[in-house]
Amino acid sequence: MTRTRDGAARTAVEVRLEGLSRHYGAVVALDHLDLILQPGELVALLGPSGCGKTTTLRLLAGLEDTDTGSITVGGRDITRLPANRRDMGMVFQAYSLFPHMTVRQNVAFGLRLRRVSAADRDKRALEMLELVGLSAQADRYPNQLSGGQQQRVALARALAIEPQVLLLDEPLSALDAKVRAQLRDQIRRIQLEVGITTLFVTHDQEEALAIADRVGVMKEGRIEQLAPPTEVYSRPATSFVAEFVGLTNRLDGEVSGGQVTVRGCTLPLMEQNVPDGRVVALVRPEAVTMASHTSEESSPLVGTVIAVTFLGATSRVTVDLGDTTVMAQLTTSDAATLSAGSRVALTIRPDPVLVSTSSEPGAAGAGEEA
Amino acid sequence: MRAGRRLSIPNWIGTVPFFGYVAVFLLWPTGIVVYDAFKNPAGNFTLSGLTALGNSQVRGYFIGSFKLSLISAVIGAAFGAILAYAIAAGNPDGMIRRLYLSVSGVLAQFGGVTLAFAFLVLIGPVGLLFHAGWYFNFPWGITLIYAYFQIPLMVLVFLPAIDGLRVQWREASESLGSSTWQYWRYVGGPLLMPAFLGALLLLFANALSAYATIQAWEDQVPYTVPQQIYNSMSSEVGLANINYADVLALGMVVLVAIVMTGYALLGRRAARWLR
Amino acid sequence: MAAVTSVGETPLAAPAKRPVGMQARRRRRLNLFRYVVFTVFGLFIVLPLLAMARFSLEGAKLGTWSLSAYRQIASYSSSEGIPPLISAVEITLELAVITSGVMLVLVVPTMIWIRLRVRWLARTMEFLSLLPLTIPPIVLVVGLGPIYDKIQHLSLSALMLFWVYVILALPYAYRALAAGLSSIDAITLSEAARSLGASWFSVIVRVIVPNMWDAILNALLLTCALVLGEFTIAFFLLYVNLQVELYSISRNTPDAGVIFSTSFAALLFTFVLLLILSFARRRRRGFPRG
Repeated sequence: MTRTRDGAARTAVEVRLEGLSRHYGAVVALDHLDLILQPGELVALLGPSGCGKTTTLRLLAGLEDTDTGSITVGGRDITRLPANRRDMGMVFQAYSLFPHMTVRQNVAFGLRLRRVSAADRDKRALEMLELVGLSAQADRYPNQLSGGQQQRVALARALAIEPQVLLLDEPLSALDAKVRAQLRDQIRRIQLEVGITTLFVTHDQEEALAIADRVGVMKEGRIEQLAPPTEVYSRPATSFVAEFVGLTNRLDGEVSGGQVTVRGCTLPLMEQNVPDGRVVALVRPEAVTMASHTSEESSPLVGTVIAVTFLGATSRVTVDLGDTTVMAQLTTSDAATLSAGSRVALTIRPDPVLVSTSSEPGAAGAGEEA
Repeated sequence: MRAGRRLSIPNWIGTVPFFGYVAVFLLWPTGIVVYDAFKNPAGNFTLSGLTALGNSQVRGYFIGSFKLSLISAVIGAAFGAILAYAIAAGNPDGMIRRLYLSVSGVLAQFGGVTLAFAFLVLIGPVGLLFHAGWYFNFPWGITLIYAYFQIPLMVLVFLPAIDGLRVQWREASESLGSSTWQYWRYVGGPLLMPAFLGALLLLFANALSAYATIQAWEDQVPYTVPQQIYNSMSSEVGLANINYADVLALGMVVLVAIVMTGYALLGRRAARWLR
Repeated sequence: MAAVTSVGETPLAAPAKRPVGMQARRRRRLNLFRYVVFTVFGLFIVLPLLAMARFSLEGAKLGTWSLSAYRQIASYSSSEGIPPLISAVEITLELAVITSGVMLVLVVPTMIWIRLRVRWLARTMEFLSLLPLTIPPIVLVVGLGPIYDKIQHLSLSALMLFWVYVILALPYAYRALAAGLSSIDAITLSEAARSLGASWFSVIVRVIVPNMWDAILNALLLTCALVLGEFTIAFFLLYVNLQVELYSISRNTPDAGVIFSTSFAALLFTFVLLLILSFARRRRRGFPRG
């Protein structure tokens, strides 16, 4: 709900994208994409460049035409509506503030187009600026603000018109790391307060996982998995998702009787009906821990530490097992005893794992995020 | 890197050739003109030369120059802007853009005898296309000829500004609900205005300084200040006339300087927004 | 994975149908506008040129065709010496070369040096370089008279005009060179080169200048175009260059065809060079889409 100072509220709407396709010549940008956004939820589209996430957003905004399919917002088919009649607020990656207008004028611009009176415009603009915490900068010009401040103004401007849907096209990509994290949380906070249905596009998985209600991982014009962040992370539907989101170890294993044996550790499978045979198991670093000293010394997961990367509360330890490398995520106190060259015995926690039978490019080994 | 004696020669010494050259061949002659404008035949400082500027005949020349420059600048700016927009809207690496830019680069400098004669042959008394009765009219006949280099100049100067309009502004404006007309009225237009006005001023100064073309078009009757300067210098009747030419020249310099200052200021504003 | 399939849609096999959306319509309208504009302006540009070309092929009687104008240029009888037009062309071409050379040697190192080591003079150089635009040649001429009088004692050749032509061409050349210089990060490049042991001379000649070829060529072309077209100053100072010669031909001879054949050739030459340059130039533009 979009709340104004006097407490008037608008209800959030559902957004349905059905069968959207887009070709650029021979290149397929979107391939019959279906996506439903529940009222008030924030869906993040995540994927490598060229996967179609930005195209999806721009189709929804009306900045590009779809070849097939339909777009329905709040029950109303808007597929044929031009961009300026779609009632959506959009925040671009950068440079979208009008340089010849002050912050206040920028934010009020949409209202001016709707012939709102000057007094009401001003009031609403200031409300929005307070919402993003920039009312003190109201009379500055965009080039006098930092990148993070500019994006906040862009957000205020998009929300000022009380749109039904909020669209964010990689709004944090052009900002410094520290600002990015702060702004990300602020955007989520505002989105929840206002209660507006939101589509957020990013290539940064940390962002997507941190703020979304559901994450849609995209590849080559299709959605590979659409699920809440925890599920995408711990129960990836395909190996692409497993490898794109978070770090993954690829280890050889053998499936028999509904379980897979990896390096002497028996692990349950995430999927049913996996045929017996050799596979590549996708194991998260957090599932790899130090073996307690009471277990067998001859566990095949013994190796030499190559590097210890300090990450704060946890540390990532890269271990050479002889025929392959594996990454383990340990608490820093556990990792404190290790350094390059020390021998360590590892074990894998029995979490359900995804296995891949296809021989994908790259030898079995630790997979890095894209 | 050579270590060793630290030379105490300041860095700006390297720029002396350039600045020295400019001083001798630009600043000094201009200085002479300004100085001589205030000199009477006896060589003393005087303001009497300036009274020539009040002379109605002289005023007529300045008005003529002004009229021609203004009209050709406005026409050049308007049409040039349209052409520039058409070029900018297309493929940035495309044939058309390269073609029109090269053509503009050449034609912006084109002028003088050949240009005037080309039009004479085209629409003059024995014109190949047709005979334009107004060909020898001032200012319209000569304005058409001036347009031939003013429009390309406008394209050269104004195209970067149009390129500087970011696509995000258009898209943001649209997603906020503007129609095409509203976009141009509130966003595109105001952003382009300083660059447009600046270019207009540049075209004005360009026309003001032009001499060869109008001399080739019609060398019997002086309409503009440059033509009159020529007349007064080529028919020297004592030193008094040199002073007259100097005064006219001074008037021109002042006029053009004012215009170019305006151009510079507007250019700065445009650059800030449209970088 | 979202698995709802839309009813009635065949999978990817169907070819894309002609887009009918808003953006496509708008693009079509825009293209129509562009083609109209290019046609109209194209005509405006081409017609006078065609008239010139036609006239240069004009015979003794109006309406006939003849190459006599071109033949006149191509031939000269040795007993009379070189006709003034040919020598005017020669002198002008030489002037173009000298002016370009002096311009480059004077301006390019200074610009780079200021950019690297004497930043506070940048504004001054810009101002002075654009100043000639403000001072009409006609004014320069009035002031140059006395100076050139002095030079007259030393040399009578029209080549002396190059001193002032450099000034005239300065704004155009400076703008082209400045655009080229600012599009490369000269400071970082020079620091990198210096840290590898290069002298300042090497930095300028071996690092910066090679990255500015586009701009240098552009400046050269603009300078040549200017010299080929310059009339006023030569005329006033009583020198004979190409344009002055054309002017006196136009005043004294009914044989105007010669004018056009010459100037048409000059125009075509410059134009073709600029076109070639624009193809040789790499486009560095904008920022990549996210």
